[in-house]
Amino acid sequence: MMNRRSILKAVFTGGLVAGMGVLMPRVALAAWSKAAFEAASQEAAMGALYSADPSASAQVTMKAPDIAENGAVVPVSVKSSLAGVTSIAIFVANNPQPLAAQFNIPEGTMADVSCRIRMGKTSQVTAVVTTASGEFSASKEVKVTIGGCGG
Amino acid sequence: MAKGILRAKAKAKGDNTVVKIMAKHAMETGNRKDKSGNKIPAQFIQTLSVAHNGKTVMEANMGAAVSKNPYLAFTFVGGAKGDELQMTWTENTGASATETAKIK
Repeated sequence: MMNRRSILKAVFTGGLVAGMGVLMPRVALAAWSKAAFEAASQEAAMGALYSADPSASAQVTMKAPDIAENGAVVPVSVKSSLAGVTSIAIFVANNPQPLAAQFNIPEGTMADVSCRIRMGKTSQVTAVVTTASGEFSASKEVKVTIGGCGG
Repeated sequence: MAKGILRAKAKAKGDNTVVKIMAKHAMETGNRKDKSGNKIPAQFIQTLSVAHNGKTVMEANMGAAVSKNPYLAFTFVGGAKGDELQMTWTENTGASATETAKIK
């Protein structure tokens, strides 16, 4: 039952969360972006990180399995032959929070990162590479078969 | 030195150094529920930065979608056998620590 107290409580909590969002200083690209990591859709997460939509590029390669039998551990590696890569981010479209990880690549570090991510279900996995001349992406669908027969 | 959660392997290969790091961490997402239906609060590593000779060579910002016992591999230019890498991690709870590893 929705009584006055619970409504008040909900309103208060909601207001508090919204207020915190406003008070949070606009984070620089390098820092852990709360807005991007807590965004519930891929568009929102990308919007929080990038000013423009990334364009697909053949110079970004992402290695991920076609079928991940265990969604809890999906190895993904991202590589790019583009010059001046400053950041690499990995998005899983169908996860509750699509932004999985974002790496800042200082000069002198190769644009080649591997990590392992979690996937709730079959989803498009997108890698976005940031360079001085814009954002480029590569994506791939990874099927997750939890409890399936591997097919 | 207290036993850390990071296991790192760094190997000098020519001019480059290949670094592989595995952190022993549950990476609790905050979406899971325990037996009585209460949500388990999120607890995961948010940032992991690696520095070589005072210069940051990698900064990883991670969300809850990074798998349990996160693994990270990358290559940077420079680094010699015997050099030390400083690895600093921060949890979403605010806990943090710095651990070191030698390049082999």
